[in-house]
Amino acid sequence: MTGNSNIWEVFIQSKNGLAHKHAGNVHADDKEMALQNARDLYTRRNEGSCIWVVKSEHIVSSESEDGEAFFDPSNDKMYRHPTFYTMPDGSKHI
Amino acid sequence: MNELIFQERIDSERKIEPKDWMPDDYRKHLIRQISQHAHSEVIGMQPEGNWISRAPSLRAKMILLAKVQDEAGHGLYLYSACETLGISREELVSQLHQEKAKYSSIFNYPTLSWADMGAIGWLVDGAAIVNQVSLQRTSYGPYSRGMIKICKEESFHQRQGYEIMAEMAKGTSEQKEMAQDALNRFWWPSIMMFGPHDADSPRTGNAMKWKIKRQTNDELRQSFIDKTVHQAEIIGLTIPDSKLKWNKERGHYDFGEMDWDEFWNVVNGNGPCNKQRLDHHKKAHEEGRWVREAAISYAQKQLKK
Repeated sequence: MTGNSNIWEVFIQSKNGLAHKHAGNVHADDKEMALQNARDLYTRRNEGSCIWVVKSEHIVSSESEDGEAFFDPSNDKMYRHPTFYTMPDGSKHI
Repeated sequence: MNELIFQERIDSERKIEPKDWMPDDYRKHLIRQISQHAHSEVIGMQPEGNWISRAPSLRAKMILLAKVQDEAGHGLYLYSACETLGISREELVSQLHQEKAKYSSIFNYPTLSWADMGAIGWLVDGAAIVNQVSLQRTSYGPYSRGMIKICKEESFHQRQGYEIMAEMAKGTSEQKEMAQDALNRFWWPSIMMFGPHDADSPRTGNAMKWKIKRQTNDELRQSFIDKTVHQAEIIGLTIPDSKLKWNKERGHYDFGEMDWDEFWNVVNGNGPCNKQRLDHHKKAHEEGRWVREAAISYAQKQLKK
């Protein structure tokens, strides 16, 4: 139980069909306990229909400090957005 | 240089996240404040836990159980936020046990009658909510997100307490007396929950500059008092402060001075229940040791399979 090896990140799907969203984390020694602790801690008021847990140490994160440089490659590609294109006058449903 | 960039982020209302650079004192201030907040939630289960087995109805009992369970949950949200600053749960608990970390002094007062469950929900949770609503805008991301979650859950706590007070206040004369007595005992400790006056609060400057706190102790206290006076009036109870009076010019209630000798006395460990609360926490922690050890040993066996 040293370091962060017993911390699990919790993701909750609030309703069938929606994406799982990060809710927080729990301490647990195995995956079953992680699920049960997550249920007790994060869904006391019907907040979820499905829970994912994943060990925190397995999450890889970019740095928020140099976010600009990291995301720079896609910032200048305005042609990825539909508003970039000129549509002929009078065209509809497009 | 780092400090300048950091302060710029704060000033432009961007949140600080765990991996971002932050001044040592910002980190220290947060660890102290968040852990104190977490310990308060956890120790706060004791005065109410005291009444679960003696709740006057099944409805009251189920509600109180749910509320105490929420406090445990809130403690865990806060420990989680605190851990993101690089301190372990074990270290946090050990700081509490060694009295290096504090918890809110309000929980060092005993709960003598059922009306105290009303007073705690209405006043203590009410004061906590005023503080926590303000902290939703704190500059540290994990703390802010924890506060948002807690505030969503907390308003039931205050309403259940106020309901108890309202019912007792319109009950028999004995019940009304109990309600008034609970208000008398909890009023001053509740408004002291916001801490010393701004002028006597040395850490307020940094906390405001870094936007850890968004409003000062005195501002928060005033806001709580302004909200609560009317609530007492409509259930026919009297706030035990002869100086309490609406001040038209200020647009706020004026109120009497708090007993700061008593405040510091309780903060420094000499309140009616300080020893009992801490001893109980240590005992529960120690008695749960075998459960923690069994869980680890079970997990290790599963891995070998």
